[in-house]
This record gives sequence, structure tokens and C-alpha cells, in this order.
Amino acid sequence: MIKVLKPGLATSIQDLGREGYYHLGIPPSGAMDSYALRAANLLVGNVPGAAALECTLLGPELHFAEDALVALSGARMTPRLDGAEMPLDEAFVVQAGQVLKFDYLKAGARGYLAVAGGFDVPEVLGSRSTYTLGSLGGFQGRRLAVGDELAVGTPATSAKPGTRLSGDLLPACGGEVTLRVVPGLYHHRLTADAAEAFFADTWTVGSEADRIGYRFKGGRPLAFTPREQPFGAGSDPSNIVDSCYPIGSIQVPAGLEPIVLHQDAVSGGGYAMIGTVISSDLDLIGQLQPNQKARFVAITLEDALAARRLYKERLQRLEQVLAS
Amino acid sequence: MTTAIRYSFGGDEHLFVELSESMSLEAFFRGLAMTRAVQALQLPGIHDICLANASFQVRFDPDVLPPDRLLAAVQGVEDLAVAERRLATRLIEIPVLYNDPWTHETLMRFRDRHQDPSATDLEYAARINGLADVEAFIAAHSGAPWFVSMVGFVAGLPFMFQMVEPERQLQVPKYLRPRTDTPKQTLGHGGCFGCIYSVRGAGGYQMFGVTPAPIYDPAQRLDYLQEHMVFFRPGDIVRFRAIDRAEYDRMLAQVEEGSFTLNIRPVDFSLDAFLDDPRGYPRTLMEEPA
Repeated sequence: MIKVLKPGLATSIQDLGREGYYHLGIPPSGAMDSYALRAANLLVGNVPGAAALECTLLGPELHFAEDALVALSGARMTPRLDGAEMPLDEAFVVQAGQVLKFDYLKAGARGYLAVAGGFDVPEVLGSRSTYTLGSLGGFQGRRLAVGDELAVGTPATSAKPGTRLSGDLLPACGGEVTLRVVPGLYHHRLTADAAEAFFADTWTVGSEADRIGYRFKGGRPLAFTPREQPFGAGSDPSNIVDSCYPIGSIQVPAGLEPIVLHQDAVSGGGYAMIGTVISSDLDLIGQLQPNQKARFVAITLEDALAARRLYKERLQRLEQVLAS
Repeated sequence: MTTAIRYSFGGDEHLFVELSESMSLEAFFRGLAMTRAVQALQLPGIHDICLANASFQVRFDPDVLPPDRLLAAVQGVEDLAVAERRLATRLIEIPVLYNDPWTHETLMRFRDRHQDPSATDLEYAARINGLADVEAFIAAHSGAPWFVSMVGFVAGLPFMFQMVEPERQLQVPKYLRPRTDTPKQTLGHGGCFGCIYSVRGAGGYQMFGVTPAPIYDPAQRLDYLQEHMVFFRPGDIVRFRAIDRAEYDRMLAQVEEGSFTLNIRPVDFSLDAFLDDPRGYPRTLMEEPA
């Protein structure tokens, strides 16, 4: 059992999410950086999609009532065990009675703390991920709070301390990122100038950046071609008849600040989407802090599929290296 | 209906299909028929088929189902999109306390984000729709049934389209800036769409009232939520019944003790019957015993 002494800023239980309920408004949820979640789990001998703690910007403080093997990957927030510095991206033992906390973030936004055996919460609709807006899944459908007591599952026997990531399997975070976008959906509603400006400008992550979506500022306003609005669409040129929003889709309410939807996305609404960030770049967004810089680059669907293959190959190597 | 159906990929995991740029029951029915036809293909690799008002989206795994194969399959059922014009569905009565104290308190708190800070949402909606007063607006709102044309935004939130002639469609803009708070089970309205906020949270629709009936509950405490934690499905038909505070309080007590239930009955909806007589046909749905 692990007791929450301090919850951190926004710590929740996440796995790889749930599929099949988006048509009812229930988004996939799951880790915002699914590569880091998989890495942390594999380091402690778990299956890659076991439930772990997603620790956002400021990590929690945890008291362990039993011995455990843990690992942190993703954001650079150095773990401290009873005050002693512990490695990132490496499995280490916590003994019964010890307290684990985390230094201030050096880079990235979300650290994934896996424990051998995984966090034992009930599966809801096929996943242990927390969807806070719907009070669903995870630990009582919410972020962690002071005094919560988290149960741990039975560890795999293969788990051993000292297992670590190296080389290009280490997670990368920090600096300016490039997000690849397949233009489409209502992209044709932008003026030619706006379509060009969106990809030319450098954007800055705004303060409204969470599991639902990331808002970007600092680029030029994006004009939509004026038209007589279709019936039911609403009066602003950026409005459409409410439709479904893809995960990763980019909407620009009133043409001002682009919002990229993520794992806890609202499933639909009335703002024109101008394209979609490809699935293999969503992890990069999950590690963006407010004020970090990002650029968007247009690619074809074929290139998106090629990027997806490379991403999957890296996942396979991760599994091969850590399983051996 | 000869409008060309528009296809666009939402990255590598979504296919977006637009039946029409503008809202109509015709467009919704085409989407409903096509999504049912795609569902029936049972293609491996489809995660989810999300039906919206006049469009739909397929979320899929391109490693299992390559995008071009999915596109060809969906295009292959286009012809079915005009075939289905009848729908066996549910007629659901939703009790509503219009002009309730909780949405009133909330709308007063966010008056600076509203088009008309000197009026309430109901007064504003009545005025811009050319209705004499709030009572006349409530009569129009609860006087004809509504079609659930989309479920989403957040878990279990129904978007609804009223079954009236286009000139009688109630229309209101969204708030100038979205609120950060909306009471749970608020009746909202934005553009031509009504909704019921399934959970407390942010929102931009005008607020007209509140229903005591939970429509989303992960704990599934009430009988009509036993089958699924999300109550509404696209295609459901809703009629609102205005209730007073005493009845609201009674129902809320029933919700708390777990005995509350909804009047739900099966109904066979005909799109052509509605289009032929958009005033008379919905009235038959309102008059049927619940």
C-alpha cells in the first residue's frame, strides 16, 4: 500500500486508455506521453500498459507501507528517497517505511511513476485510466488527494532493480518542438494567408494546457473566409455545425488561439478544425510546459503512416531491450 | 438529397465524414444510416463510430485497417445513406424545472460574459426569437419534441434538434465567452441545438432550466442507467415536461433514494411523415401517453 502525503499538482492514475466509448462523449484518456508510461512500466517488469501515476509539473510525496520496485520516466523530475537522489529511467527499490518525493521539474511536463505490479484500481470500461471530467476510472474517478491509499498489484517475478534505459531509448523532452500535422477537416475554411501563417509562425504554449487540450499563443490571428454561415452553425466564421473532434485535432475559436485536443478531449463541438497532429507526436505535446515553443509542420497522410511505423519500431526495441 | 459527401482524414487515426455543412434532420438521418451500415460491416480495426449532427467520424487503428481500405468501405455504403427513413427508437419524457434558482444564480455570476447583461438567458432568448415573454418561450421549447442528434462534448451530453419547421426553430448564440461553471443537468441551448449538461463544468450554451433526472452516472444507481452509465443515444426522441418546484423536489428525493425513473416508450419515427407534416406529426408524439 502506498499512502499519498502530498498529491502534487495534478497526479492521476493512467494506463493506455480506453477505446470504444468516444461516441458517447467518453474520451480515451490514458497517458499523455504513452512512450514514457510504457518505459516506466517495462523498467519494473510490468506489461507496458499497466496503470501508473502520471505526475504533472509538480510531483507527489508518497509513503510506502511495503517494499516496492519503482521507476520514473518522462519528465525530468529527479526522485528522492528519504532525501537521497535516485536515478531517472531506472528501476530502484523502495523499502517499507520510506518516503518518495520528487525535485522540481527540469524539463518536460509529466513524469510517469510505475510500481512493479501496477496500481491496483478497478478497470472501468476496459481501462484503469482516470477521466476526471466524467468522474470515471482511476482512483475514485479523480486526481490523487492527501491521505489516499493506493493498492499495488502482484509484481512479475522478472522485475529487478538497476534495469535502465539508454541511448535513443531515453525519453527526450525540452526545447522547441516540431509537431507534424495532417491538414484537413475544415482547413479549407482558412484564408490562404492564414493557412500559410499557421505553419510559418512559432507558437508558445499558453497557461490553459491540460489533459483535455493545449492552447497555443503568439502566432498571427488566423482568418476564416467569410461566408453566409450554414443553418445551425453559429454566427462566427470559425463556427461549424457541431461535429466530432479527432484526438489531436486543432481548432481555432474566433481565429485567435489554436487548441490541440489530447487524451481527455471533448468529443465534439462547433469550432472548425484545421488539421490533426499525428498520433506519434502526441507524446511530445504531453511533455510541453507552459511558455515552451512549438511549430507545426504540414505532412501528408502517407508521411504520417511512415512516422507511425518508426514510432512503433522504437516501442518494439524498447520492449526487446527491457525484456532481455 | 444530392449533396456530395465530403471525406477528410483527421490524422492517421480518424476518418471524418461530412454529410452536410448545414443542420437538417435529412442530414442526420443520412449519417445515422451510414454509420449503421459501416457498423454492420464489422471491420476489424475500427475503435469507434461517432455520429454527430450532420457528420460522423470513424476512429480506427491504421495498423489493422489501412486508411484507404476504410475510406473505400465507407464510400461503399454511401447509397444506403438515403435508404433508411424510418427509425425504431425511444420516446423519453424529461421533466424540467424552467427558470430554476440554480441556473439563475450561475447566469448572474457570469453576466459579464453575456450578450445582454441586463436580461436573463430566458428573457434574452425569448426576445431574439420574437416571442412575447419567457412563458411563451417555455411553451415553444416544451411544445414540440426534440431529436437527439449527437451525444458528446463530455460524457453522455445529448445535443438535440427540435422537430419544428425551420422558421420556428429556436436559435440563440452561445455566450460571448464560455462560463467556467454550469450546474449539473442544466438545459442549455446554443445555435439551433438544445442540450442537457450531463456533468457540472464549463459551458457556453444559454441556460433555461434544470432537470432532476441524472443522465450520466458511472455508479449506475437508477434503473434506466443499468444498461449503460450513459443514458442517451443518437436517435432518441425527447419531450420536455415543465414541472414546478414541489414536483422537482419530490423527484430529487426519489433520485436520492434510488427510486426515480423516467417515462420511456418505444416509438416508430418516420422522417417522411415529419417532412410532410412538420406541425401535425410531432404533435402526435407529444400527445401519446407516456
